[in-house]
Amino acid sequence: MNQPFIDLRDVTVRFGAADSETSTLALDRTDLRIDTGDFVALVGPSGCGKSTILKLIGGLLSPSSGGVIVDGREVGGPHRTRIGLAFQNPTMLPWLTVRENVMMPLKIVEPFRQHYRAKKKGEYAERADALLAQVGLTGMGDKRPWQLSGGMLQRASLCRALIHEPQLLLLDEPFGALDQFTREELWGTMQNLWMTQRPTVLLVTHDLREAAYLATRICVMSARPGRILEERNVEFPRPRSIQMSYAPECAELVQALRLRIAEARSDLSPRTPEPSVSLVSAEKEAA
Amino acid sequence: MNTATTIDDALGASAATSPSAGFSPSATGSTSSPATASPAPAEASVTTTRIATPAMTPAPRKRSFKLSRKLRQRTLSAIAIVSMFALWELACIVFNISGLILPRPSAIFAVLLEKGPLLWPHAVQTLYTTVTGFAFGVLAGVVLGMIIGSSRFAYDVAYPLLVGFSSIPKVAVVPIFVVWFGAGTVPAILTSMVICTFPVVVNVATGLAHTEPELQDVLKVLGARKLDILWNVGLPHALPYLFASLKIAITLAFVGTVLAETVAANKGIGNVMIIASGNFDVPLVFAGLFILAAMGIMLYVVSSLVEQRVTGWAARGNEVAMG
Repeated sequence: MNQPFIDLRDVTVRFGAADSETSTLALDRTDLRIDTGDFVALVGPSGCGKSTILKLIGGLLSPSSGGVIVDGREVGGPHRTRIGLAFQNPTMLPWLTVRENVMMPLKIVEPFRQHYRAKKKGEYAERADALLAQVGLTGMGDKRPWQLSGGMLQRASLCRALIHEPQLLLLDEPFGALDQFTREELWGTMQNLWMTQRPTVLLVTHDLREAAYLATRICVMSARPGRILEERNVEFPRPRSIQMSYAPECAELVQALRLRIAEARSDLSPRTPEPSVSLVSAEKEAA
Repeated sequence: MNTATTIDDALGASAATSPSAGFSPSATGSTSSPATASPAPAEASVTTTRIATPAMTPAPRKRSFKLSRKLRQRTLSAIAIVSMFALWELACIVFNISGLILPRPSAIFAVLLEKGPLLWPHAVQTLYTTVTGFAFGVLAGVVLGMIIGSSRFAYDVAYPLLVGFSSIPKVAVVPIFVVWFGAGTVPAILTSMVICTFPVVVNVATGLAHTEPELQDVLKVLGARKLDILWNVGLPHALPYLFASLKIAITLAFVGTVLAETVAANKGIGNVMIIASGNFDVPLVFAGLFILAAMGIMLYVVSSLVEQRVTGWAARGNEVAMG
């Protein structure tokens, strides 16, 4: 227990060959530790490598150097931790019903996999329906994904990420494409799901209020190459309400985070001279 | 009642726009109901973009209208076919065209009726050859497409080869098959197989390559093996592409079969046609042509019916969501 559930040590990620001009340094010697059962939100300027961290932990990407350890084991080897993943885009398979989509992880992940044929009509279907009911999609199991609205699809996508009771839930801006009301509603749903299953969650988001509402800890990242600038514990009592997210304490937190990110953004240009920027300065010099 | 008037006005409309107004059997229909005819086309133009998607019609009124739309379409195409034959017949009579050059449709149908029992085994032979070649071709195409589409390496290595192979005119391949297997059914099956493999390979590979990476990520994170992803995401995703290619492949398979039959076979419609043309029996040549067309349409319809059954979700996938 004294060992963190997720441990990123000195992780560097570079896209493209190290010495080539087109290579980008996405993460630069980043450290991040997440304890079991934590709900951590990663915020930062866009393009700072938030999603890269998520992909590293999910094993979708290998670090150029450094180590990514999840549940005591180096990521990249044969599989291990049960992980759920949800993106901004719900990515439901159109040829399956919503229920079948939600049940997809059970078809893939052991130990559910070996019983899938026997239980897909019984126990597993009930489980999917129960989860769907929990997010307010009662009776939608037999619908096809295209018959659902964006918010409904996102709920279903959360169900899919949670059906196999993952130890780790990775969320990459899952509510980013939704309208304000649906989003706030889904925060409640998410909090609910987290409080019932208690997985460790890593949430990548642009929305600071969302981070303040959901997370137990918020990590602010610097502009590319990304690095964790600051970590803040969020100690509002749970269950949190939407009213709370407009309360002064919360506004204060959001404001502080916003300033920190604005700072990080302003570092952006001198640190990584983009080709377009240098062109402009060259023109200025010429003038 | 509703359908009856719309058929009438469909017929009337076609009679009015068709250059051969005199041939239309229902030219009177348009004049008898001018009042009901006017509102329908306006409404039709509003709904034209929606007819293809069956799930999109919430109101029953629209549903009944859609039905009549379909009927109207069918009637129109039936009229087009009939008037084509009528024009053909008329042209032959008016310009006094010799039966040796362009036989009249009536003469061709007469030959079809008269020599039907004689032509039947040949038609069966051609159909058998085509379907067999098609089946093998599609199988080979799906396997190759899966390999090429799921591995970047295989794609880079095999694609130029495939393009080179497919750009060889298939007529040139037939003699080689004849040398290898002798004249008869085998070269014909092989030709139709070879000719219909390429579109299948390309489409299956494209379908696999265009699978959303995020979808794959969701499964990869779960620890899915490559085969899991291929089976659960890649292949279903490639199915609509596959069926689109099947419709092309089936017509190409006929081309392959007839090609081989005309070059080296002793049975089949292609063989009948080449012999008939040697005997200047032009009506028989055309009869063969008609049989080929009929079989081609039949197989096309079969493959699009299967397509609708298997990949109906793809046609409705781009529909507007309900909320």
